[in-house]
Amino acid sequence: MAVADLRSPLWRLDRGGNTATLVLSGDWVACDTGLRGGDEIRHILGNARGKSLRFDTSEIGRWDSALVVFLKMLRDGALITQPHPVEVDDTGLPETTRRLLALAISERGKRQHPDKLATSFASLVGGKALEVWKAAGGAATLVGAAALRGGAAIAFRAQMRASDVFQLVLEAGASALGIVAIVNGLVGAILAFVGAVQLERFGAGIYVANLVGIAVVREMAPIVTAIVMAGRTGGAYAAHLATMQGNEEIDALEVFGISVFDLLVLPRILALVLMMPLLYLYGCAIGLFGGLVAAVATTGMSVATFLHQLQGAVSDSQFEIGLAKSIVFGALVALSGCYIGLKTGRSAADVGHAATSAVVAGIVGIIALDAVFAVCANVLGI
Amino acid sequence: MMSQPDRRDELQVKNLTVGFGSRVIQHDLSFSVRQGSIFAIMGESGCGKSTVLKAMVGLLRPVAGSIVVDGEDYWSAGHAARVAIGRKFGVLFQSGALWSSMTVAENVALPLQMFTKLSVAAISMLVDLKLSLVGMAAAADSLPSELSGGMRKRAALARALALDPKILFFDEPSAGLDPITSKRLDDLILELSNGLGVTVVIVSHELPSLFAICDDGIFLDADAKTAIARGSPRNLRDRCDHPTVRAFMERGDAHLRVNGINRYGQ
Repeated sequence: MAVADLRSPLWRLDRGGNTATLVLSGDWVACDTGLRGGDEIRHILGNARGKSLRFDTSEIGRWDSALVVFLKMLRDGALITQPHPVEVDDTGLPETTRRLLALAISERGKRQHPDKLATSFASLVGGKALEVWKAAGGAATLVGAAALRGGAAIAFRAQMRASDVFQLVLEAGASALGIVAIVNGLVGAILAFVGAVQLERFGAGIYVANLVGIAVVREMAPIVTAIVMAGRTGGAYAAHLATMQGNEEIDALEVFGISVFDLLVLPRILALVLMMPLLYLYGCAIGLFGGLVAAVATTGMSVATFLHQLQGAVSDSQFEIGLAKSIVFGALVALSGCYIGLKTGRSAADVGHAATSAVVAGIVGIIALDAVFAVCANVLGI
Repeated sequence: MMSQPDRRDELQVKNLTVGFGSRVIQHDLSFSVRQGSIFAIMGESGCGKSTVLKAMVGLLRPVAGSIVVDGEDYWSAGHAARVAIGRKFGVLFQSGALWSSMTVAENVALPLQMFTKLSVAAISMLVDLKLSLVGMAAAADSLPSELSGGMRKRAALARALALDPKILFFDEPSAGLDPITSKRLDDLILELSNGLGVTVVIVSHELPSLFAICDDGIFLDADAKTAIARGSPRNLRDRCDHPTVRAFMERGDAHLRVNGINRYGQ
């Protein structure tokens, strides 16, 4: 693009009698020579007040939108020049410019502005409260639907596709083994290491097995596994369903009368509820192994001592609590992912938001539910 | 607009072959598009029209051949030169392809912000002009999801016009539009082509649109995998003898007539 041989756009106003002639010259190329307007328009219209404004474009070089913008602003400005209106006579303009100007009918004042939302403190708080109430209602409906349709699914009466369930079980189960192992193994090892350092001061190094056993089986394995799955699978569910929403795929299902809940949500809940306990047991095993390795390495106790101590420390009820937690966490991660994915907007940015909020909701929900479990277990004396 | 033989060629396609992997979609296409003309790429669904268009706008590297824009070979040029050539293009995608998280005005403004040093005020003036050219100034602050299909197309057209392109590419401009909206879009294309002097390349199989606005074109065949006719759609309809072209132009009635069966019993 030869910018060098472009001349800057110029205008000159010749006044005489009842007419004012605007002589345009130079090159009017928007991207290279810029735009003219604003004060210049007011200046021209001010000087042409009460007259007929003509154009002389015989000296003009190359032009594009820059010229049309200039002329459009002149025309639109002339309409509102009071009390002495400027009459714009466009016969001096090139034919093509006139066509474009005619096409660009002024839509001044027609521009719609989105409704201004009330911004007082009370209305903000009220709006937020209503939003939370609505979200709580939606979540409760979903949990209810999950309970009802879950029963139907167990009785093989739900509109699910076996291939979907299989695929989702694969993604939520076998594919997650690697990351669940790494995270749980490291957490177990860290617990053993930190515990050993403290307990050895009191000559109680052997109790590191009790510490690792109870902490991993009862708390760490269910929580850590669930958080990994919230980030990995909950986010994926939300993004998947949000994209389907954006492509009108959800609408298509509804039009056919296919239950969105049965086809999309239920298999996901089922997959996580089935896989999470298995992942929990797997995570426990790896976590305890990590603890064993760290304990043997730091305190020098024998493997047999560790295992014997572990056996005495961890009762069956610890595993039962862990299993119960993992099932509830699995349902929570699947439900929050699906719920957020389904109620999201239709743009690309909404898909990103949905994935983010599904992960956040999943993690916060897991920790909060774990607190509820702790209180319940305390009351029941487990 | 009448075709004027003295106009120079804006775009030349030489021995173009496009395909995916070892699968050839179209081969040995050679044609040129005159400056200011409205050029149609016609053919049945699935014959590779859109693939040819993709190669022309720089989205798909051709297997062989070249695309010459204003004397410069697009695909053998370096990256910077390709971007410079690409700035002469405006592309209207089939479904609009507006950026869904930006308002209509932001969609039109983005190329101006990226490629020019214009001030914010100047950009907003240009955006307003482009939107009013397509009759969409009132919807400037709407999000694409709030627009109807026709409005989305027009907003996308305003975006395609943002940088004052020399060549506009349309992929199925009337797809999914009702006949009236489609006619309005045709008129708009014609007005813009006359007013701005841009060259237009249209991929379409909408016969009324093709007849109404195109003054030149090429007909691609799915079986021969190359062009089988050249000329304006009206010319092809009236003069071309190739059975596939005839069938296309007469909406399949020609086949029936050849077999001695007339659908209308006449």
